Amino acid sequence: METQKLDVMPAPEVSAPAAGPGVMTGAAMLVESLKREGVDLMFGYPGGAVLPIYDALYESGIRHVLTRHEQGAVHAAEGYARVTGRPGVVLATSGPGATNLVTGIADAYMDSTPLVLFTGQVSTDLIGSDSFQEADIIGITMPITKHSYQVRDARDIPRVVREAFHIASTGRPGPVLIDIPKNVANQTAEFEWPERVFIRGYNPTYEPNPAQVARVVEAIREARRPLLYVGGGVVHSGAAEELREFAHKTGIPVVSTLMGLGAFPSADPLFVGMLGMHGTFAANRAVMECDLLIAVGARFDDRVTGKLERFSPRSKKVHIDIDPAEIGKNVPVELPLVGDVKRALAAMLPEVGPVGTKAWLDQIRAWDDQWPLRYKTEPGTLKPQQVVEMLWEATGGDAILTTEVGQHQMWAALFYKFKRPRQWVTSGGLGTMGYGFPAAMGAQLAKPGEKVICVAGDASFQMNMQELQTVAENGLPIKVAIINNGYLGMVRQWQQLFYDRRYAESRIGAPDFVRVAEAFGIRGMRAQTPEEAREAIREMLEHPGPVVVDFVVPEEENVFPMVPPGAGTDEMIGRWDD
Amino acid sequence: MRRVLSVLVNDQPGVLARVAGLFSRRGFNIESITVGNAEEAGLSRMTIVTSGDERTLEQVMKQLHKLVDVIKVNDLTEEPMVARELVLIKVTATATTRPEITHLIEPFRAAIVDVGRNSLVVQATGDMDKIDALIELLRPYGIKEIARTGVTALMRGSLAKVRV
Ligand SMILES: Cc1ncc(C[n+]2csc(CCOP(=O)(O)OP(=O)(O)O)c2C)c(N)n1
Ligand SMILES: [Mg+2]
Repeated sequence: METQKLDVMPAPEVSAPAAGPGVMTGAAMLVESLKREGVDLMFGYPGGAVLPIYDALYESGIRHVLTRHEQGAVHAAEGYARVTGRPGVVLATSGPGATNLVTGIADAYMDSTPLVLFTGQVSTDLIGSDSFQEADIIGITMPITKHSYQVRDARDIPRVVREAFHIASTGRPGPVLIDIPKNVANQTAEFEWPERVFIRGYNPTYEPNPAQVARVVEAIREARRPLLYVGGGVVHSGAAEELREFAHKTGIPVVSTLMGLGAFPSADPLFVGMLGMHGTFAANRAVMECDLLIAVGARFDDRVTGKLERFSPRSKKVHIDIDPAEIGKNVPVELPLVGDVKRALAAMLPEVGPVGTKAWLDQIRAWDDQWPLRYKTEPGTLKPQQVVEMLWEATGGDAILTTEVGQHQMWAALFYKFKRPRQWVTSGGLGTMGYGFPAAMGAQLAKPGEKVICVAGDASFQMNMQELQTVAENGLPIKVAIINNGYLGMVRQWQQLFYDRRYAESRIGAPDFVRVAEAFGIRGMRAQTPEEAREAIREMLEHPGPVVVDFVVPEEENVFPMVPPGAGTDEMIGRWDD
Repeated sequence: MRRVLSVLVNDQPGVLARVAGLFSRRGFNIESITVGNAEEAGLSRMTIVTSGDERTLEQVMKQLHKLVDVIKVNDLTEEPMVARELVLIKVTATATTRPEITHLIEPFRAAIVDVGRNSLVVQATGDMDKIDALIELLRPYGIKEIARTGVTALMRGSLAKVRV
């Protein structure tokens, strides 16, 4: 990066803040700035330090959804961001309000979800004195935000808000936090909206280097067994169409990460499946055997690679990513390509042709035929995989699916066949239980016309089920499908496989979810057999309002196949469902 | 291998915490770090001495670049650079050893900046090796305290080929 001339935004010399056009409080500036950023929906929870901001929001025309916990607000904003691609907006008070956001911020950071979060702060004269509801939220969130600001002068608010939205939504997206001391929210000054954003130290590379593009194109021409390994970056960059064209033009098969699901249609003949710890056998085998691995907006996460020394040993690696720091971080890469995934694919498209992958595709298909994804059914028993398959059938594969974290999440990933990007909303990098239900609220608010289903675990749902009240009040027609196995199923699975079935604290009780839903004025149902499940799903989808369905499934079902922790992706267990 | 990084940053509250935090949470090590105003108002220059292999260093630099408050990162290690450190050494000195020490430090162009009843404070600047050597030389006399600034560095001007 070369040093550029600093483009200083001249700070207006504000004299005595007389009443007049353009003079307003910091809080009013914040609301005005949000409007100029096109924000019409936000999530939050008030408290002392943000009273001035809430006052400015009152009758502002911006819809504010009051959640029942700040964690609900931040995950809802994530859900909103994931289905729209626009930053989700959150407002919370100082101290406990701010600290309640931390998990959601970390989650958004890990999954590159754009968020702009506002936290109240004690007045500047009290900062550092352990005053009431003071928490150093900037310090606490430094490692889990893309950037953060503490505003010390109200005149900075418009610029800071503008920069925050810009940083959150460009380059590799992520959460940006703005901490606003109460006296700054009350300070009056002239409102000055910066015409453009210029941040000297922030200049993400969008345009791929033509020389790098040419090298990748050359490698593709020479490859015999190329494989596209696609991740969430394809979704963020809006590159699904380019990816489809690219795969079809070249004939290169596609494996996807958990975060990448939907970026490439599951029903496409070139789609092999999800790779990694709970990927399909064929997908992981293809990674092992390919001679060119083209990572597109993916980051070689340890859940994907398994034991690094055994990861894709026969391939040359191409890595296309907008974040140069991801390239070579975990796996050495021969052919880096820094830039926006969409532009990179578009730049390569005219240069590539069919690679001649027929034998390679046949081989992959043979692996998949030999070890397909499957599960045993038993008459009268409702299997969790079956629930997901039924949901898929009943929705024609068109629903927006959010999930909690655990076995049910993996079954949802494996058995729902996604058609398009932004249809799949899950917590990948952080694996946050309690994410899916509030995320469904945000998704539904963003897409009122779509079916939004939260595939939940019985334990995860208990982490944020207070949001049933938010759902009820706002009339959000979310469908919650609880896969109830009476366990922290994923923990139990590991204990069964690697701790000799010693189920330490993984058996977990739950309230009667049907009656819980009803207590919130929400329709509740239960299904214990495949027949009941089919009927419940039909009713659930027909019902115009929110529904919670408790699907009672066997306790000891496992997610297979699986790469055991520390093993290579060629060491999968449970391939034959035995 | 020891590396010297020069990092131009916005002079913003918290920028040192951002940089130091990045090193610690990613398991990169800092041998020394110096910060001060840079040539342009509103900017500071940090000189960070770190160690690690090629790949670690590449990660360090890329991660530093990602910080919004970081304007520029340069690895000076392989470049012609001027790297200097200042040290203050409080060494035990009696009437008999005092002249000896004064004599001893002369080739280092060190100065005695404080004289106490039983001690001297020696000030020296130079690269790390020179400072290390001086400390070792004075150690037999009894070192009471040492304060080192850590290395600060700049790339040499393109014409300055001669090491001064
Ligand atoms: C906040 C949080 N705490 C703990 C965990 C560890 N964890 C991962 S999966 C899991 C079990 C989840 O149980 P449930 O929601 O019932 O889903 P299941 O695996 O049974 O489908 C736990 C405890 C986590 N991911 N997140
Ligand atoms: Mg469970």
